[in-house]
Amino acid sequence: MDRDVVHLHAAVSLLGRFPALAGVDLDVAAGEVVLVQGPNGAGKTTMLRACAGLVPVVDGEAVVLGHDLRRDRRSVRRHVALLGHTTGLYDDLTVADNLRFVARATRSNAAPSVEDALARLGLAGRLAGVQVSRLSAGQRRRVAVAGLLLRPADLWLLDEPHAGLDADGRERLDQLVVKAAASGTTVLLASHELDRARALASRVVTMAGGQIRASAPSGVVGVA
Amino acid sequence: MSSGIGTRVLGVAAVASLAVLAVMALVITPADVNQLDAVRLIYIHVPMATVMYVAFGVTALGSILYLLPRTRARKWDLLAGAAAEIGVVFTGLVLVSGSIWGRTTWGVWWTWDARLTTTAVLFVLFLGYLALRRVGGDVDARAKRNSIAALAACIDLPIVHKSVEWWRTLHQKSSLLDEQTFLHPHIHGSMYWTVMLGIGAFLLLFAWLLINRYRLAKLEDRMEDEGLERAIAERRAEALTGSP
Amino acid sequence: MLRDAVVMAGKDLRIELRSRVATNQVAPFALLVLILFAFALDPDRGVLARAAAGLFWVAVLFCALLAIQRAFAVEATDGARDNLRLSGLDPAAIFLGKASAIAAELAVLEVILGAGVVILYNRSLHGPVLLVVTCVLATAGLAAAGTLYGALAAGLRVRETLLPLLLLPVVAPVLLAATRASEAALGGSPGDGWPWVRLLGVFAVIYIAFGVVAFGPLLEESS
Repeated sequence: MDRDVVHLHAAVSLLGRFPALAGVDLDVAAGEVVLVQGPNGAGKTTMLRACAGLVPVVDGEAVVLGHDLRRDRRSVRRHVALLGHTTGLYDDLTVADNLRFVARATRSNAAPSVEDALARLGLAGRLAGVQVSRLSAGQRRRVAVAGLLLRPADLWLLDEPHAGLDADGRERLDQLVVKAAASGTTVLLASHELDRARALASRVVTMAGGQIRASAPSGVVGVA
Repeated sequence: MSSGIGTRVLGVAAVASLAVLAVMALVITPADVNQLDAVRLIYIHVPMATVMYVAFGVTALGSILYLLPRTRARKWDLLAGAAAEIGVVFTGLVLVSGSIWGRTTWGVWWTWDARLTTTAVLFVLFLGYLALRRVGGDVDARAKRNSIAALAACIDLPIVHKSVEWWRTLHQKSSLLDEQTFLHPHIHGSMYWTVMLGIGAFLLLFAWLLINRYRLAKLEDRMEDEGLERAIAERRAEALTGSP
Repeated sequence: MLRDAVVMAGKDLRIELRSRVATNQVAPFALLVLILFAFALDPDRGVLARAAAGLFWVAVLFCALLAIQRAFAVEATDGARDNLRLSGLDPAAIFLGKASAIAAELAVLEVILGAGVVILYNRSLHGPVLLVVTCVLATAGLAAAGTLYGALAAGLRVRETLLPLLLLPVVAPVLLAATRASEAALGGSPGDGWPWVRLLGVFAVIYIAFGVVAFGPLLEESS
């Protein structure tokens, strides 16, 4: 693919009247794993949500996977997978029912089965039939990660993916990211687990004040 | 931004025609044989009802223009909102003047007459619309939401009207309580022209109110836009000084 | 699109089956309303039996409000709305699916309320065909308009108070028409009921069509 997977130029996004993104410039090539770091309130979450087509970009350029988000931010959504602060799970449904809904909605033949996705997160067996409201916070996160696998996405947007996971969960998540990247999936990753995230990333960008302030290969950047 | 020459002329014309209307309605036209002086209410009631319909028509039109991609512009939503505010005020006045007339003529403040009932539903529908308009959020999101709500209310009107009409005609055919006696009394000569003058005067008033209300909305909107540029500059400065 | 709608309706109904909010809370509430009407209107002088149709539909309206609030509350928890938008489901299908699920819940509630009216208000049922058609069309109209306004108010801070204000005047014709049609059926003169049924049909068609078109933009805007 000769085009960038993510192309943001002077992109502005508003949360209400607050310019969470105040002119972001970022280009991400296919297959890259980019770590987005920066202080709380720097605009990392908004940038990932804008790339997913959830937050409108009101000024500047924003093209993700060939979709111009300023004209149409709906068509890109089928092709990205977002792991946000929320898990998007329905409390009243069982783990398996939740994932089955995701799978049915995406209508993908390429994706693994629900059982397979659960197994990869170490959730197979007894947990599948449990209502989500009975899960611990960490287990919920694992289910959300399993949901990620069910979407046939070319771009993964991971917002604090390590938060709430135990050591085993983090290890499994990292393996999934490595595997996805190896098969050509592009990954944008916002994390405060810098050591862990840098090991995954090929490049690190630093955000502050709703802008990208620095970009460097992951080995080079010192501790911010 | 002060009002332009045209608007001022419009305002003066509205006031002048309302003054003439007052003289015509209160002094020159005769009292009705049956309704006596109560008939004079018609000179403001009918014009206010006309303004009400025109205002909600403008709201519907503005909402459609906002929703069509080719004509989408925030000004249409502002216009729709301005017209709806005036429309609701006049709907309230129509209900009050109708009620006062009902009291003097029929001896009751309210009757479940088809037109009255439809107007009451219309009043509540657009009160809801105005309440929705006051809810905050992203500007374009708000405008889209408003426009859809206005149209959803407007498509209900013919159904409300039809159902209320059937309801009343099926149940009581009493002609005493019929609106006909109010809206079609034995109108002749000066009375007819006074009603027409009233409609003209109130439409001028409506146009003047609408222009000013719209202009105010536009100014508020621009203030938000100017605030936005400052907000972006401040946001960028955060990065240099460290997070706040 | 139909497939997407079925997926959506299936999900909503499954949530309902698991959580049992409608059966454990809304249905008892509906019966409570019927009992309160009896307190307000004297049961001994036949007022209740005569007003049965109207009271039934007012109770349905209250239940519909609760069902709609609930249908959108489940999408508000823990970012479910984002997932719905990312899911790739057609917005028109989401509308149809959600409206169908609400309609199905209302249908069950109507059966319970109907039984309540027969038993508590001592009212016998006549004109079954007209009654059923009335219920089906009125329910479709209520569900469609309700889903539309539920989405309109969802995500707003004042949704609990705003939804009744927006929705109730809009569905006023449904209350009127459904009550008249039911009265005609119960009163043994079904001929008087059919014009009202047509009106219910028109209402349902208009709001289903409007919802299919308008739901996409509505789902988009609140974030």
